[in-house]
Amino acid sequence: MVSHHDLSRTFEIKGRDFSKAGSISINIKEILRELGIDPVIVRRVAIASYEAEMNVVMYANKGEMVLRLNPKVIQITLEDEGPGIENIEMAMQEGYTTATDEIREMGFGAGMGLPNIKKNADMFELKSTIGKGTSYNIVFYLNSKGDV
Amino acid sequence: MTLTEVVERLGLHVLTSRGGGDVKVTGGYAGDLLSDVIANSKTGNLWITMQTHQNVLAVVKLKDLAGIVFVNGRQPDEEVIQKANEEHIAVLSTDESAFIISGQLYQLLK
Repeated sequence: MVSHHDLSRTFEIKGRDFSKAGSISINIKEILRELGIDPVIVRRVAIASYEAEMNVVMYANKGEMVLRLNPKVIQITLEDEGPGIENIEMAMQEGYTTATDEIREMGFGAGMGLPNIKKNADMFELKSTIGKGTSYNIVFYLNSKGDV
Repeated sequence: MTLTEVVERLGLHVLTSRGGGDVKVTGGYAGDLLSDVIANSKTGNLWITMQTHQNVLAVVKLKDLAGIVFVNGRQPDEEVIQKANEEHIAVLSTDESAFIISGQLYQLLK
Protein backbone atom coordinates (compact mmCIF):
# COMPACT_ATOMS: atom_id res chain seq x y z
CA MET A 1 0.00 0.00 0.00
CA VAL A 2 1.04 3.53 -0.65
CA SER A 3 1.34 5.28 2.67
CA HIS A 4 2.81 8.66 1.93
CA HIS A 5 1.68 12.22 1.71
CA ASP A 6 1.71 14.36 -1.39
CA LEU A 7 5.17 14.91 -2.74
CA SER A 8 6.67 17.29 -5.27
CA ARG A 9 10.28 17.42 -6.47
CA THR A 10 11.84 19.63 -9.11
CA PHE A 11 14.88 18.69 -11.19
CA GLU A 12 16.93 20.84 -13.57
CA ILE A 13 18.17 19.16 -16.76
CA LYS A 14 21.09 20.59 -18.71
CA GLY A 15 20.75 20.35 -22.47
CA ARG A 16 23.56 18.75 -24.50
CA ASP A 17 25.32 17.51 -21.38
CA PHE A 18 25.63 13.75 -21.79
CA SER A 19 27.84 13.36 -18.71
CA LYS A 20 24.90 13.49 -16.27
CA ALA A 21 22.27 12.14 -18.62
CA GLY A 22 19.91 9.69 -16.95
CA SER A 23 20.79 10.70 -13.39
CA ILE A 24 17.44 12.43 -12.78
CA SER A 25 15.49 9.38 -13.87
CA ILE A 26 17.60 7.18 -11.59
CA ASN A 27 16.88 9.63 -8.77
CA ILE A 28 13.13 9.52 -9.48
CA LYS A 29 13.19 5.72 -9.61
CA GLU A 30 14.94 5.58 -6.23
CA ILE A 31 12.46 8.02 -4.63
CA LEU A 32 9.49 5.95 -5.83
CA ARG A 33 11.09 2.68 -4.80
CA GLU A 34 11.79 3.98 -1.31
CA LEU A 35 8.15 5.01 -1.03
CA GLY A 36 7.17 1.43 -1.72
CA ILE A 37 5.40 2.11 -5.03
CA ASP A 38 4.53 -1.02 -7.05
CA PRO A 39 7.75 -2.04 -8.91
CA VAL A 40 5.83 -2.45 -12.18
CA ILE A 41 4.71 1.19 -11.99
CA VAL A 42 8.20 2.34 -10.91
CA ARG A 43 9.59 0.62 -14.00
CA ARG A 44 7.10 2.38 -16.30
CA VAL A 45 7.78 5.78 -14.72
CA ALA A 46 11.54 5.20 -15.02
CA ILE A 47 11.31 4.39 -18.75
CA ALA A 48 9.13 7.43 -19.49
CA SER A 49 11.18 9.88 -17.41
CA TYR A 50 14.42 8.59 -18.96
CA GLU A 51 13.11 9.17 -22.48
CA ALA A 52 11.88 12.67 -21.58
CA GLU A 53 15.17 13.50 -19.85
CA MET A 54 17.18 12.27 -22.85
CA ASN A 55 15.11 14.41 -25.20
CA VAL A 56 16.22 17.49 -23.28
CA VAL A 57 19.85 16.31 -23.28
CA MET A 58 19.77 15.60 -27.01
CA TYR A 59 17.76 18.48 -28.37
CA ALA A 60 17.11 21.32 -25.90
CA ASN A 61 19.08 23.98 -24.04
CA LYS A 62 17.63 23.13 -20.67
CA GLY A 63 14.59 21.72 -19.00
CA GLU A 64 12.77 21.49 -15.70
CA MET A 65 11.23 18.20 -14.70
CA VAL A 66 8.76 17.98 -11.83
CA LEU A 67 7.72 14.76 -10.12
CA ARG A 68 4.41 14.95 -8.27
CA LEU A 69 2.84 12.21 -6.30
CA ASN A 70 -0.43 11.79 -4.45
CA PRO A 71 -2.22 8.63 -3.34
CA LYS A 72 -3.92 8.35 -6.73
CA VAL A 73 -1.40 9.35 -9.37
CA ILE A 74 2.23 9.93 -10.22
CA GLN A 75 2.68 12.88 -12.55
CA ILE A 76 5.81 13.93 -14.40
CA THR A 77 5.82 17.28 -16.12
CA LEU A 78 8.67 18.67 -18.16
CA GLU A 79 9.12 22.10 -19.69
CA ASP A 80 12.11 22.59 -21.93
CA GLU A 81 13.67 25.55 -23.67
CA GLY A 82 14.66 24.38 -27.09
CA PRO A 83 13.85 24.18 -30.77
CA GLY A 84 10.39 22.65 -30.27
CA ILE A 85 8.90 19.84 -32.32
CA GLU A 86 7.79 20.76 -35.82
CA ASN A 87 5.39 17.88 -36.35
CA ILE A 88 4.18 16.17 -33.17
CA GLU A 89 2.17 13.57 -35.07
CA MET A 90 5.30 12.45 -36.95
CA ALA A 91 7.43 12.60 -33.79
CA MET A 92 5.03 10.22 -32.05
CA GLN A 93 5.57 7.60 -34.77
CA GLU A 94 8.04 4.84 -34.01
CA GLY A 95 11.23 5.20 -36.05
CA TYR A 96 10.79 8.87 -36.91
CA THR A 97 13.78 10.90 -35.74
CA THR A 98 15.53 14.21 -36.32
CA ALA A 99 18.66 13.15 -34.41
CA THR A 100 22.12 13.85 -35.81
CA ASP A 101 24.40 11.01 -36.97
CA GLU A 102 26.60 11.62 -33.93
CA ILE A 103 23.70 11.08 -31.52
CA ARG A 104 22.50 8.03 -33.46
CA GLU A 105 25.94 6.42 -33.35
CA MET A 106 25.68 6.51 -29.55
CA GLY A 107 22.52 4.43 -29.79
CA PHE A 108 20.20 7.35 -29.10
CA GLY A 109 17.76 9.02 -31.45
CA ALA A 110 16.25 5.81 -32.79
CA GLY A 111 12.81 7.37 -32.96
CA MET A 112 11.57 5.34 -30.01
CA GLY A 113 11.56 7.95 -27.24
CA LEU A 114 8.12 9.52 -27.50
CA PRO A 115 6.43 6.21 -28.44
CA ASN A 116 8.09 4.64 -25.36
CA ILE A 117 6.64 7.39 -23.16
CA LYS A 118 3.18 6.89 -24.65
CA LYS A 119 3.34 3.10 -24.21
CA ASN A 120 4.31 3.33 -20.55
CA ALA A 121 2.07 6.20 -19.43
CA ASP A 122 -1.63 6.12 -18.65
CA MET A 123 -1.91 9.62 -20.09
CA PHE A 124 0.59 11.60 -22.15
CA GLU A 125 0.14 15.15 -23.43
CA LEU A 126 2.77 16.88 -25.53
CA LYS A 127 2.72 20.53 -26.52
CA SER A 128 5.35 22.35 -28.48
CA THR A 129 6.07 25.80 -29.85
CA ILE A 130 8.68 26.12 -32.58
CA GLY A 131 11.67 28.10 -31.38
CA LYS A 132 10.50 28.11 -27.76
CA GLY A 133 10.25 24.63 -26.40
CA THR A 134 8.24 21.56 -25.57
CA SER A 135 6.14 20.60 -22.57
CA TYR A 136 5.27 17.11 -21.41
CA ASN A 137 2.52 15.99 -19.07
CA ILE A 138 2.87 12.31 -18.21
CA VAL A 139 0.49 10.62 -15.77
CA PHE A 140 0.51 7.17 -14.18
CA TYR A 141 -2.41 5.87 -12.17
CA LEU A 142 -1.56 4.15 -8.92
CA ASN A 143 -4.56 1.91 -9.25
CA SER A 144 -5.90 0.41 -12.45
CA LYS A 145 -8.39 3.08 -13.43
CA GLY A 146 -7.20 6.08 -11.52
CA ASP A 147 -10.28 6.06 -9.33
CA VAL A 148 -10.10 5.96 -5.55
CA MET B 1 22.98 -18.68 -12.16
CA THR B 2 25.09 -15.97 -10.53
CA LEU B 3 27.04 -13.38 -12.50
CA THR B 4 30.32 -14.79 -11.17
CA GLU B 5 29.46 -18.20 -12.62
CA VAL B 6 28.45 -16.67 -15.96
CA VAL B 7 31.74 -14.74 -16.10
CA GLU B 8 33.68 -17.96 -15.48
CA ARG B 9 31.73 -20.14 -17.88
CA LEU B 10 31.83 -17.64 -20.75
CA GLY B 11 35.41 -16.54 -20.07
CA LEU B 12 34.47 -12.87 -19.87
CA HIS B 13 37.07 -10.25 -18.99
CA VAL B 14 36.21 -8.29 -15.86
CA LEU B 15 36.94 -4.58 -16.27
CA THR B 16 35.56 -3.29 -12.98
CA SER B 17 36.38 -4.07 -9.36
CA ARG B 18 32.97 -5.62 -9.07
CA GLY B 19 33.29 -8.81 -11.09
CA GLY B 20 29.78 -9.93 -10.51
CA GLY B 21 29.28 -11.43 -7.12
CA ASP B 22 26.14 -13.36 -6.34
CA VAL B 23 23.71 -11.21 -8.35
CA LYS B 24 21.41 -13.56 -10.24
CA VAL B 25 21.45 -13.39 -14.04
CA THR B 26 17.84 -13.76 -15.18
CA GLY B 27 18.61 -13.76 -18.89
CA GLY B 28 20.31 -11.66 -21.51
CA TYR B 29 19.45 -8.78 -23.78
CA ALA B 30 21.47 -7.86 -26.86
CA GLY B 31 21.12 -4.42 -28.40
CA ASP B 32 22.86 -1.18 -29.32
CA LEU B 33 19.84 1.15 -29.31
CA LEU B 34 19.44 2.53 -25.81
CA SER B 35 15.69 3.12 -26.10
CA ASP B 36 15.23 -0.50 -27.14
CA VAL B 37 17.21 -1.77 -24.17
CA ILE B 38 15.38 0.61 -21.81
CA ALA B 39 12.03 -0.58 -23.14
CA ASN B 40 12.63 -4.31 -23.44
CA SER B 41 15.36 -5.55 -21.10
CA LYS B 42 14.28 -7.21 -17.87
CA THR B 43 15.57 -6.87 -14.31
CA GLY B 44 18.68 -9.01 -13.82
CA ASN B 45 19.46 -9.34 -17.54
CA LEU B 46 23.04 -9.27 -18.75
CA TRP B 47 23.24 -6.60 -21.48
CA ILE B 48 25.33 -7.49 -24.52
CA THR B 49 26.32 -4.48 -26.61
CA MET B 50 28.96 -2.67 -28.60
CA GLN B 51 28.06 0.73 -27.11
CA THR B 52 30.87 1.59 -24.70
CA HIS B 53 30.21 5.25 -23.83
CA GLN B 54 29.33 6.30 -20.28
CA ASN B 55 25.58 6.63 -20.91
CA VAL B 56 25.19 2.87 -20.90
CA LEU B 57 25.72 2.93 -17.12
CA ALA B 58 22.49 4.88 -16.48
CA VAL B 59 20.59 2.23 -18.45
CA VAL B 60 22.09 -0.58 -16.33
CA LYS B 61 21.13 1.27 -13.15
CA LEU B 62 17.69 2.31 -14.31
CA LYS B 63 16.71 -1.21 -15.34
CA ASP B 64 18.57 -3.03 -12.53
CA LEU B 65 20.49 -5.11 -15.05
CA ALA B 66 22.99 -7.70 -13.76
CA GLY B 67 25.81 -6.12 -15.74
CA ILE B 68 27.04 -5.20 -19.19
CA VAL B 69 29.25 -7.05 -21.69
CA PHE B 70 31.13 -5.15 -24.41
CA VAL B 71 31.60 -7.35 -27.47
CA ASN B 72 34.20 -7.60 -30.27
CA GLY B 73 36.97 -6.67 -27.84
CA ARG B 74 35.72 -3.09 -27.53
CA GLN B 75 37.19 -1.23 -24.57
CA PRO B 76 35.53 1.73 -22.84
CA ASP B 77 37.32 4.91 -21.76
CA GLU B 78 38.92 4.85 -18.33
CA GLU B 79 36.28 7.27 -17.00
CA VAL B 80 33.53 4.77 -17.82
CA ILE B 81 35.28 2.14 -15.69
CA GLN B 82 35.82 4.67 -12.93
CA LYS B 83 32.18 5.68 -12.91
CA ALA B 84 31.06 2.03 -13.02
CA ASN B 85 33.25 1.31 -10.00
CA GLU B 86 31.69 4.21 -8.10
CA GLU B 87 28.20 2.94 -8.97
CA HIS B 88 29.07 -0.73 -8.27
CA ILE B 89 28.18 -1.79 -11.80
CA ALA B 90 29.81 -4.90 -13.27
CA VAL B 91 31.42 -4.13 -16.65
CA LEU B 92 32.70 -7.09 -18.66
CA SER B 93 34.13 -7.61 -22.10
CA THR B 94 34.69 -10.37 -24.63
CA ASP B 95 36.52 -10.71 -27.94
CA GLU B 96 33.54 -12.64 -29.28
CA SER B 97 30.70 -11.09 -31.28
CA ALA B 98 27.25 -10.31 -29.86
CA PHE B 99 25.87 -13.31 -31.78
CA ILE B 100 28.34 -15.80 -30.29
CA ILE B 101 28.13 -14.53 -26.72
CA SER B 102 24.31 -14.33 -26.85
CA GLY B 103 24.19 -17.94 -28.07
CA GLN B 104 26.54 -19.10 -25.34
CA LEU B 105 24.61 -17.26 -22.64
CA TYR B 106 21.34 -18.66 -23.94
CA GLN B 107 22.71 -22.21 -23.80
CA LEU B 108 24.00 -21.59 -20.29
CA LEU B 109 20.73 -20.24 -18.90
CA LYS B 110 18.09 -22.24 -20.77
